[in-house]
Amino acid sequence: MATAEGIVAGRKATLGDNYLTHTRGFLSWALTLDHKRIGIMYLVSILFAFLLGGLAALAVRTELIAPGPTIMGPDAYNKMFTLHGAAMVFLFIIPGIPAAIGNFVLPLMLGAKDVAFPRLNLTSYWLWVIGALCAIGAVVFGGVDTGWTFYTPYSTTTNTNVIATTMGAFILGFSSIFTGLNFIVTIHKLRPTGMTWFKMPLFLWSLYGTALIQVLATPVLGITLLLLIAERALGVGIFDPALGGDPVLYQHFFWFYSHPAVYIMILPAMGVISEVISVHSRKHIFGYKFVALSSIAIAAFGFLVWGHHMFTSGQSGMANAIFSALTFSVAIPSAIKVWNWLATLYKGNIQLNTPMLYGLMFLITFTIGGLTGLHLGALAIDVHVHDTYFVVAHFHYVMFGGAVVAFLAALHHWWPKMTGRMYDERLGRIGAALVFIGFNGTFFTQFVMGSHGMPRRYFDYTPQFTIYHQISTIMSYVMAAGFFLTAYYLIHSLFRGKRAPMNPWGGNSLEWHTPSPPPHDNFAETPSAEDPYDYSRIRRDPATGGYVSTSYEGAR
Amino acid sequence: MSDPAHAPHLQHHFETPQQQFDAGKLGIWLFLATEILLFGGLFCAYAIYRANHPEIFVYAHQFLNKYWGGTNTVILLCSSLTMAWAVRAAQLGERRLLIVLLSLTLLGAMGFLGIKYVEYKEKWEHGLLWGARYAPHVEGHGAEEPPLTKAPPPPAPAAAAPPGGFVVERSAIRPAAPGPEGTVIAAEEQEEHLEAAGIHRRPANVQIFFSIYFLMTGLHGIHVLIGMGAIVWILVRSIRGDFGPQYFTPVDFVGLYWHLVDLIWIFLFPLLYLIH
Repeated sequence: MATAEGIVAGRKATLGDNYLTHTRGFLSWALTLDHKRIGIMYLVSILFAFLLGGLAALAVRTELIAPGPTIMGPDAYNKMFTLHGAAMVFLFIIPGIPAAIGNFVLPLMLGAKDVAFPRLNLTSYWLWVIGALCAIGAVVFGGVDTGWTFYTPYSTTTNTNVIATTMGAFILGFSSIFTGLNFIVTIHKLRPTGMTWFKMPLFLWSLYGTALIQVLATPVLGITLLLLIAERALGVGIFDPALGGDPVLYQHFFWFYSHPAVYIMILPAMGVISEVISVHSRKHIFGYKFVALSSIAIAAFGFLVWGHHMFTSGQSGMANAIFSALTFSVAIPSAIKVWNWLATLYKGNIQLNTPMLYGLMFLITFTIGGLTGLHLGALAIDVHVHDTYFVVAHFHYVMFGGAVVAFLAALHHWWPKMTGRMYDERLGRIGAALVFIGFNGTFFTQFVMGSHGMPRRYFDYTPQFTIYHQISTIMSYVMAAGFFLTAYYLIHSLFRGKRAPMNPWGGNSLEWHTPSPPPHDNFAETPSAEDPYDYSRIRRDPATGGYVSTSYEGAR
Repeated sequence: MSDPAHAPHLQHHFETPQQQFDAGKLGIWLFLATEILLFGGLFCAYAIYRANHPEIFVYAHQFLNKYWGGTNTVILLCSSLTMAWAVRAAQLGERRLLIVLLSLTLLGAMGFLGIKYVEYKEKWEHGLLWGARYAPHVEGHGAEEPPLTKAPPPPAPAAAAPPGGFVVERSAIRPAAPGPEGTVIAAEEQEEHLEAAGIHRRPANVQIFFSIYFLMTGLHGIHVLIGMGAIVWILVRSIRGDFGPQYFTPVDFVGLYWHLVDLIWIFLFPLLYLIH
């Protein structure tokens, strides 16, 4: 165990100043150009969004515990699931791993002092805040009931706050574009000597793929939302059949972004898993090049499959067949990753730390999510389960079982580096178990009721579905308990946690070769890179409870 | 090159001015890519509607004044030239020339927007607006069509003018279901009647063209405004004497942005004004 008792501190951890103590005061945070502080600000903000979206989800689940109205009426229910979806997708998952974790870790992994454009990075954070306030404000002052997809013609005719919400999403899009642009340039131009493309940590490969999608797809969402706003405010008619427009065009535009966007959500998650699985099984990642290039393949394929959201929209049979075939092809790079992770685990010295538990959970839940994606990609089955809870369950297995579980893995993996504190490992494992049981209980039942025909988004249902909804709701409380426990021990660790050593898990990428928390300039001297997955020179250091690298310590 | 450690514009996280310049250059090119994709959505909408309803585009483009459009194209091309020249002047450290050229570029941008204003005003006066606001003043001006730039469809004789001033043509996409009995027969009868008289008809849904026209040129106009803001910013800095052979990055990047704005117009002009 990395967190053996009797830990004093990482040797340099408490000596001298670090990025947290470098300057003080509110403005030193609000106007900081330090990527680490911006990452922390993102982290705190998106966790609030996660809380908001999570509470909305609990309200939705509680409403569905029995047929008929339970705690709210149908309009409030529509607004609740819209709030849940919009907050989780736009405010939490999309910026979750790239903007919060990525901002903190990416320059450290590169041995750089900062991202390429620190001011753009800060702009991007404040744009996120403005966009989030816009979207949340729209919900507080009236609400939106369109779902997170804003499909026309409903979104152009409902009398709820669609414009403010889409404006919020538009601004959030800019925030996302700027982050992606920043990461691409940083990875291209700020790699240290000795780090060729194929010596980069895999998390950087996945962030690179993600950033490509952010830069190439998000502008299309931008113009789509602008058109929707123009449609509502001015009556432009591009999506209005009464004026010669085409409502299905909206769906094409929307999914051209929003399908790649699901890869914005899952690709960085895959990068996290590559790091976590390798470090915590003390074994070199298996098939490095395949894992790296499959990230780029997923980013590329992601642009070609948007039509699979529209199998029942009246699109031609030929288009359906092509989109279906392309959808199946996305499974190939995803499966390449899963097999390589499994091969990495094989005969590894597996440490069941909290991050690793989340990493293993990802392998299970993401695989279920991925395989049910093939059900939905198959035309005949999709027509049957279209717009049922089967889709909801699949989506949550990928988004929650994939992206959020990986976010939790990342949070626990880099928490000691970010805060300089260790959390309670025992509570961490209990929390992971609660999340695992609660998550599967909540959403596996939804596969069952979906395949029995329970439509998604419905406020009410026939009594035959009651038992499934009840299991789902009760298990969602279990999951919530897991999250509150996690919040408790993480916050507790900030005040009472043991000091974290420089390298608590024995990783070899560059962020583990600087103190926890890192100094303002990240590294005392610019480090040179070696193979990030070579653990042969990493040794346990009983004095700190962490690990040291003989090659680096020898050099100093 | 001076000692990189003492270069005044070098930010702390870059090692050399060259690295900083290269990073900025890659950044601005990526940004331009996002701009192209932003417009890409509108070009897509244009392509789809033009492919589905070519008759709307052929009919409606006559209401655009191609001489104004052509003048604007020339103005933007010239302003691109002065902008590129300005970048050169900045690199050579010729401050006076830089100021003159940037001012000329700014003047070109103003001229462009001025002409755009005249064109928009004309459309506004004749009700040739987007979607729901489309209300051509055909009835208001008797049988007159709005002013045209080339020989329009001959004006319909008063006797043949259909009630309400509209004759509906079937678009390339067939309607899903027949309308109420009486109206369908009436429309078909009118159509036959007009065709026999050799009269060109106004296609249905002309407003879609004007929606696309205003969205595309409007978004482009906003980009011109942003470009003017950026040019004013580097103009102020060049008056202050910030630029020289050692440091001309902002001029270079604003120049690239301005060329993109120009380039988008180069595509908009033939697509909207020169249709056959």
